[in-house]
Order: sequence, then structure tokens, then C-alpha cells
Amino acid sequence: MSTEVTDATFEETVLKSDKPVLVDFWAPWCGPCRMVSPIVDQIAEENTEKLNVVKVNTDENLETASKYGITSIPALYVFKDGEVAKTIIGARPKPALEDELSDFI
Amino acid sequence: MTDTQLVIIGSGPAGYTAAVYAARANLSPVVIAGSVTAGGELMNTTDVENYPGFPAGVQGPELMESMREQAEKFGAEVIYDDVATLKLEPGAHQIETALGARYTAQAVILATGSAYRELNLPNEKKLSGHGVSWCATCDGFFFRNQHIAVVGGGDSALEEATFLTRFASKVTLIHRRQELRASQAMQDRAAADEKLEYLLDSEVTEIHGEDSLSGLTVRNTVSGETSELPVTGLFVAIGSDPRTSLFGDQLSLRSDGYLNVEGRTSKTAIEGVFAAGDVIDSVYRQAITAAGSGCSAALDAEHYLADLDAVTKQAEAVAAAEASQAPAPIAS
Repeated sequence: MSTEVTDATFEETVLKSDKPVLVDFWAPWCGPCRMVSPIVDQIAEENTEKLNVVKVNTDENLETASKYGITSIPALYVFKDGEVAKTIIGARPKPALEDELSDFI
Repeated sequence: MTDTQLVIIGSGPAGYTAAVYAARANLSPVVIAGSVTAGGELMNTTDVENYPGFPAGVQGPELMESMREQAEKFGAEVIYDDVATLKLEPGAHQIETALGARYTAQAVILATGSAYRELNLPNEKKLSGHGVSWCATCDGFFFRNQHIAVVGGGDSALEEATFLTRFASKVTLIHRRQELRASQAMQDRAAADEKLEYLLDSEVTEIHGEDSLSGLTVRNTVSGETSELPVTGLFVAIGSDPRTSLFGDQLSLRSDGYLNVEGRTSKTAIEGVFAAGDVIDSVYRQAITAAGSGCSAALDAEHYLADLDAVTKQAEAVAAAEASQAPAPIAS
């Protein structure tokens, strides 16, 4: 399972990570987020050695969401060495997501 | 490879209603619901106030969950995967999913719905997710106290616009004509909304912004004059197009792109292939009309399968009768 990250833990868990981190920005009221969430979990389980996967609830962590200019969710951001290395906006089927994430998994 | 009687592609009101009817008729339908689009367009709406049976209204996602539950209760199997290839061959239609599952089906119901139309302007894709959006209920929250534009003049445009006034400082509705297509009830509600203003006879000609949306150029369709609208959010609600890419080369489409069916039935040009919902409906496009259309498709499929079954049984009976009349083989 992927962990929930907050404004308070984002820097430590995501920006200072040795491994690339896939951040799933979501909110409870977002239908497509609920659809893509189990797919993100699967990708997390299948790539534990290469990629950390975390979730940020944008309702509760506005600071992080606004810092990265999130205006559409689900938004999947890959952070590498503290920088945004890839952004994927909107829910996608698993093969399409794996394709987009091919540099990291 | 799984052999089935009926595969339903799509899981909006048309797909799930077809599944309820087909499952109750013991056809054990397999619904390929989509991996991230299951439940269809209503998953991105909030209050549905015109679906009969819910005097207090119902949340779109809740309604779709209930339909799924009802279909599963009677034995429909719902698969959260996407159809990758579809070969329509009477008797044994072939379906392969993105995750590699394969099915054959004696009958297929196509309920693939429609996809949001885009403005087709430069920057629209680049700024999608950075100010440009197609889903007010998903993204409205991020535009608190900001000025938002909504493009479109139908029910969904007005619904999005009134929904967005909960968050925005101001919402400008841009529509290329003077008259709105939206229902009177929707227009009355919008008229009472103080945060909503209209820019009619107008169309968006340019979308501005580098990393995020900074404004629009809007042209008056009557005078030809252009003006700048400094919005940070743009919601596009200019309708949708039928989703036919899976089968557009195998079935005949109408000149407007919708899938052709025979008269008031759900029958397509290929035997055992039926269609329902927004993919065949360019006129009404409501949850309830899609549901009704799904019901028709299930009944048409049911009759087709019953006839097929009768023909098969008759052929078997003839073969059995012939076998019994044939002289016994002579032992050598």
C-alpha cells in the first residue's frame, strides 16, 4: 500500500527521497481519483524497488497542492532528486500509465 | 478465452441497465466497464435531479453505484478493464481487453457513450490540468476566489457554471450564440446566481499562459471585435462526440459520427451486435434515455439469443433424428 503524505512530511518523504517518488494528488470527492487509486496501488506493489508511491489528499494539504500548481485531479507527479520529473493529468488505464512511467519503472 | 452469451461494453446508464435486464434474463452478461471510466459521465456530476424515482435528487456517482449493484445482484459480471480490440464476427464476436483477457460473445451491446469535445485551440492541451479543465466537480475546488470562464450554452455548461460559483469569485459563461440551449429550469437557476455573468455571441479564439492559464481572447461573433478576459480557470462544456473508435471501421456510422441502428431498435448492421445510449443518440442524451435505450438493447439481444438457441436446438434435433434412423454400422 502507498502511504499518505502531508504538508508536514512532504519534504522529508518526497523531496529528500533517494528513489524517485510517484505522488498521487487526490481528493475524496473526485470520482476519477477513486478509479485510478487502485491502479496506482498496483503499480506501487509491482515496482517497490524502483519507485516509492505516496498519496497527497489535496483537501487537507493545500500548501503542497498549490505549491505545485495542482488544478486538476487526479494528478500524478514523479519527483526525482527533489524536482518534478514527470506530470500526468487525469485518470488513465494501467497500460497507459505504465507506458507514461516507463522511465521510472 | 472465456465464451459468453453476451458482452456489454460500457458502464453508464445504458450499459448497466442493459446488464440488469440481461442478467435477470439469465444471460450472465459480462460488462466491460472501463478501468478508469466505469460508471460513465455521471461519475463526474453531483446532483442528478431529473432521474425519476429520486424526489430529493441523487448524487451521480451514487446512482451509478446502485445500478452496478443491481446488475451484479442478478448475476452480471463487471470487469474493470478496457476493450483493446473488438472483432465483430456473427456467432462469435471476439473481444480482447487492455490487460489481455479474451472473450467470445454470441451477442454484444455497444454502450461506449461519448467523449468531451475540445475547443481545438493552441495551448488547450498544454494547459489542460493547469487551468483548463473538463470537470467542474473534480477541479472547481482549486479555483477558490478566482475568476473562471465556462464555454458552452447547454445544460452541462450551465450546471458547471452554477456549480463553480460556489468556489469562484466570478464565473463568466461564454456562448457563441445569443440564446442558450439549456433547459428553462437550468436557466432560471443560473439567472438567480449573482456571481454568474454572460458573454453571449462570443467565442474563445486564444488561450494564453505559459505554465498556467492567464487569460483568454474572446471574439464577438456579431461585431468581430476581440477582447481579453483575464481568467485563471477555463471549463470547456461544448458537448461531446460519440465514442466509436473501437468499431467505426466495422459498422456504419451516420454522417454526424453516431452509430447507425435500425429504426427504433438497437440493432446494428452486424448480426448479434446491438447498441445503446449516447453512442447512438444525438438528440436526447439524458441518463434516463440512455437507460431506456440500454433496456431495449438487452431485450433485442435476449430475443436474438433465444432465436439462435431455437435454431441450434432444431439443428441438433434433426441431427439426432437422422442419427437414430441411420442403419447401425455393420461389425466386420
